[in-house]
Amino acid sequence: MSEAPQHRASWWRVFGAPIVIGVLSLAGLLSALLAGDPGRYFAWFGVGLPIAIVMWAYCRK
Amino acid sequence: MIFHHEIDEALGYAPKMDVHVPGAPKLSLDAIGRAAITDHPGSVLLYMAWDKDEPGMVSTFTNTSVTSDPQTTVVKAFDAYTAKPVGLLGTGPMLVMLRLHTDMYLGLPGKWFMGIMGFLFMIAIISGVVLYWPFTRRLNFAAIRKQKSRRVLWLDWHNLLGVVTIVWALVVGGTGVINAYAEVMLGIWQRNELAAMAAPYAGKPTPAQLASLDKVLGNAMKVAPGMDPAFIAFPGTPFTSTHHFAVFLRGDTPLTSRLVKPVLLDGETGEVSDTSELPTYLKAVLVSQPLHFGDYGGMPLKIIWALLTVFTIIVLGSGLYLWAVKRSKVRRGARLSAGATAALGRSS
Repeated sequence: MSEAPQHRASWWRVFGAPIVIGVLSLAGLLSALLAGDPGRYFAWFGVGLPIAIVMWAYCRK
Repeated sequence: MIFHHEIDEALGYAPKMDVHVPGAPKLSLDAIGRAAITDHPGSVLLYMAWDKDEPGMVSTFTNTSVTSDPQTTVVKAFDAYTAKPVGLLGTGPMLVMLRLHTDMYLGLPGKWFMGIMGFLFMIAIISGVVLYWPFTRRLNFAAIRKQKSRRVLWLDWHNLLGVVTIVWALVVGGTGVINAYAEVMLGIWQRNELAAMAAPYAGKPTPAQLASLDKVLGNAMKVAPGMDPAFIAFPGTPFTSTHHFAVFLRGDTPLTSRLVKPVLLDGETGEVSDTSELPTYLKAVLVSQPLHFGDYGGMPLKIIWALLTVFTIIVLGSGLYLWAVKRSKVRRGARLSAGATAALGRSS
């Protein structure tokens, strides 16, 4: 009975961050096309997020 | 390709526009058309196009006939105020890069090949998603085990770079596949929607005398007020029938500036014959182009695009490295196992 919730938690631990990054990336890719200048600024954040994460991982001790 | 505008400008391949006083009158399109033919005697006009970022420039496409090899078409920019030629377009090193990127100088077979490569690229990404779980389920997100072996370190970087760029890479790969088959989709549109638009005028000859371009454009713009011209296709070119001009109009938002609306006009009288919306599959082609090249969100997005491309190259390289290490490990294991079996055989 306790294994299933643990499995779900583990699944979310592995795929949670990639899903959030993916959704923000997709929103960023589309926002520059659909939402003018504000969309363009959001695109820099959403599409650039993976770069920030990689920089953080690289600089982390 | 991401920085092709900047590279063209730096290498001197971009047209050099004169500065004109605000409100200066532009010349008629007919004058620009005559200037293009005078510049290339014996040629015919295939298209005239407008760049939304260069309102004072008109691009002309000329060739010896409307059915000549598209690769021999001359694309030249003219000053809309003076009809002065200001430079060739689509030449220089970036044209070589574009051809290598789209068809590797192999024409349609090259485009099909690149499309298949793009499709395999997407399958490789999805296979990476499947493999992500078993390799990372005991690790925190973005874990980089710096104290472990070089193979483990590269495995962690491969997983991190791959997983954070999945959506971007799938979009770039998918739009690349769509672009690779754009010519096929254009052919489908010509045989179906365009043929249906031109069907009532079937059997009409190629115009002996073409209508005034200014009249053609003026009539087309009355059909869709508020839209601007993207390009005019002359009778007989792939974007229209043998008897009609086709004017493609666009909106002014980032999205609608990509989605053109065709207006078909009689080649001799310049009167509107028909208009329609593009089918979804052609809209997909038009929208896929910026999403493939990343040139729609200013310089910061271009820089981000370039960095994500570098990440993807590292993912591909590290994937090959991990595969090679695993392969050599398996081979070494097999050799050791065979040696042990042989030694056991000798001792018994």
